[in-house]
Amino acid sequence: MAHDHAEAEAKNYDELKLAGYLAEFDNVDDLVHACEKVRDAGYTKWDAHSPFPVHGIDDAMGIKMTILPWIVLGGGLTGLATAILMQWWMNAVDYPFLISGKPYWSIPASVPIYFELTVLLSAITTFVSVLALNWLPAFYHPLFRSERFKRATNDRFFIAIDDADPLFHKKRTKELLESLSKEPIEDVMDHVTRPPFPKEIIYTAVIAACATFIPLAIAARARYSTSTEPRIHLIWDMDYQPKYKTQRETHFFEDRRATRPQVKNTVATTDSVEMDQILFDTGRDPATGKPVTKVPVPTTELAALMARGQDRFQIFCTPCHGVAGDANGTVSNRAAALMTVGKATWVKKTYHDDAIRVQPVGEIFETITKGKATMPAYKGQIPARDRWAIAMYVKALQESQWSDKP
Amino acid sequence: MVLGNRDFASVTDVVCAPVEAPKPPAIWYAVFGVSLTLLLMLFGLIGHLIWTGVGVWGNNVPVAWAWPIVNFVFWVGIGHAGTLISAILFLFRQHWRTGINRFAEAMTIFAVICAGLFPGIHIGRVWVAYWLFPIPNQMQMWPQFRSPLLWDVFAVSTYFTVSLLFWYLGLIPDLATLRDRAKTKTRQLIYGIFAMGWRGSARQWHRYERGYLLLAAFSTPLVLSVHSVVSFDFAVSQVPGWHTTIFPPYFVAGAIFSGFAMVVTLSIPARALYGLKDLITVRHLETMNKVILATGMMVGYAYSIEFFIAWYGGNPVERFAFVNRAFGPYAWAYWTMALCNVLSPQIFWFKKARRSIPVMFIVAIFVNIGMWFERFVIVITSLSRDYLPSSWAYFTPTWVDVCMFIGSFGLFFTLFLLFLRFLPAVAIAEVKNVLPQAHPKHHH
Repeated sequence: MAHDHAEAEAKNYDELKLAGYLAEFDNVDDLVHACEKVRDAGYTKWDAHSPFPVHGIDDAMGIKMTILPWIVLGGGLTGLATAILMQWWMNAVDYPFLISGKPYWSIPASVPIYFELTVLLSAITTFVSVLALNWLPAFYHPLFRSERFKRATNDRFFIAIDDADPLFHKKRTKELLESLSKEPIEDVMDHVTRPPFPKEIIYTAVIAACATFIPLAIAARARYSTSTEPRIHLIWDMDYQPKYKTQRETHFFEDRRATRPQVKNTVATTDSVEMDQILFDTGRDPATGKPVTKVPVPTTELAALMARGQDRFQIFCTPCHGVAGDANGTVSNRAAALMTVGKATWVKKTYHDDAIRVQPVGEIFETITKGKATMPAYKGQIPARDRWAIAMYVKALQESQWSDKP
Repeated sequence: MVLGNRDFASVTDVVCAPVEAPKPPAIWYAVFGVSLTLLLMLFGLIGHLIWTGVGVWGNNVPVAWAWPIVNFVFWVGIGHAGTLISAILFLFRQHWRTGINRFAEAMTIFAVICAGLFPGIHIGRVWVAYWLFPIPNQMQMWPQFRSPLLWDVFAVSTYFTVSLLFWYLGLIPDLATLRDRAKTKTRQLIYGIFAMGWRGSARQWHRYERGYLLLAAFSTPLVLSVHSVVSFDFAVSQVPGWHTTIFPPYFVAGAIFSGFAMVVTLSIPARALYGLKDLITVRHLETMNKVILATGMMVGYAYSIEFFIAWYGGNPVERFAFVNRAFGPYAWAYWTMALCNVLSPQIFWFKKARRSIPVMFIVAIFVNIGMWFERFVIVITSLSRDYLPSSWAYFTPTWVDVCMFIGSFGLFFTLFLLFLRFLPAVAIAEVKNVLPQAHPKHHH
């Protein structure tokens, strides 16, 4: 039963019906003449076919001017608007950056792109519209069933009247064409039922369309998930390159050190002003490497600096060192108390220890700058000049407790 | 315009014959073999370049734009004749264009492919070439639209797209002809797909002609703009020898000049091999030679006016740049250019020379060489000696530079020979349209 059914269906596709008439002509004059007659007879669903555009046939057939240019105008204006908005948005609003002092948004610099995008969109619109208005691509048409029609792209001319035309009449239409053409009139046949589109192609297309989503899905997944793996490194650029890090070994040099010492007789590019700066920043003389004994500030400013030092000392230092520098600050006392119950380890260091008392001012400055033992570095909190002020005040405190000066 | 008293069918036959022949002539195989070898060499070298880096070229400071840009401008220039012939001559109703427009357009497309290749690989990291286009990206950055280099991206890609559409629209009726003449199912299927069901109906032709006219109208300013924009790459910069306002018209004239020379170079062997002498007649060639003579004079005028402005402008750096061009270390290149481009076309003042195949072939080859040297002179001499004498250097290409340039001819000729083998080299429908019997007699 099923087999019979399939056979009946297959037969159905071979069944043909009349779809129109086809008249053949061997020259342009007869074609144009015939077109005028068919037009005057009042037919609307018909067409002439020729291997090249025949001059004057539009009038002969009564073809009205196509709306194509208006569609293309729309395409061109879209291109222009796109170019204007795109450049303004991208370079003046969303990502403005300065190039050679040029304005972010100026007409002259944008004109080339206005022009290019206008032309580009006009041309694409033209191409697509010519095809669309002509109902192309159309790989099947009843006329393609005719052997004679193959010469329509070579050297023959045809008129085809569609049976869908309201004036179409099996006898009268044929008689009209017979009166115009010397050649026999051909019946254009069409399938009663069009064979279905091959299923294999549909399936392949659907699978291919679905497959295009796979890369997108992978990209989306990667975007919204985290991973402990390093990212896939397809293009290395300069991410990995042969190089040595500091203090690594190399076999290239005899001493096998990748870090190279200064070349002998290298001349310092810094001048003496900067040497002073080094002293001021470190508390040590860059020439000898020893802590300085004098505050590197002009003598006239020393009195003001001492006052400043007292002020800063009371803010930053007294919590531990106490107002006199004898380690009786609140923090120090608390730590000492905790130590008596075994909850801390603490050594009270007063400025008046012999070891500290003999330190030059540069060394005290260095201690404030870098910190020492449990004392943190104050470089980040106190500017260099204030640290010198504090160091000078510390020296003064020491002098107040112990002095060999009369 | 068409010789040999042809009717419609014989035009179809003569154009389709080489496409439908079971085998192309032996010479086709020989030339195709050489072209394909060169193309493979080009691909190999591109791989070498991408793998190793642009250091395989001779490009180095101060000449950072070297042969790749010379080759780019050379090929873009060649790609101008096709659209000029199809668009401008179409608008001026120069019916003689029908014999040569199809393969001139093909030549344009293949030349622009060769041209686009060079800046594409010149950017160094080809895997980020998409940065050239305004595509939303994870860096949240946009291209710099005030740069002539970006205008160039738009100009060349628009030109390629529009030329391709124009060419393809022109091909559709002829592809339908090939479809209807197909003897095998495969040919019918392939040509049928590309012909998209064209039936040559009057209503289709009506829109088709309107669309073709519109595309010609768009292509006309486009063809003039492309080389203008290419010249902006140079003219907008401050380099002495580049910073001149004459560049846009001068580049366009040079492009038409080199393009026509290439059309003549290609059409001479093509018409002989494919029996198209009745469709591409000596009259066509003679007309093209007149264009070569005229544009050659324009180019010569531009060369001299550049020197005049360098002297008259009173800028010592500019003046030095031009004296250096003609008498500096690259004088050999300058005078090669001048002899090939200005002197050699002068022979076309004589009608006999204009109509002589050997003479025009030699002149066309000279012009091709001369126009490559023109771009070499502009790019290399200006960069090698600009403002900073301590950085001056003499540019020397590497073997990769030379072989890539030769390889680009492999790409061009491979595509061109495939075109000659599989597509109609002459616009069949258009040629039929210029035959006398195509026009209704008792109708107006």
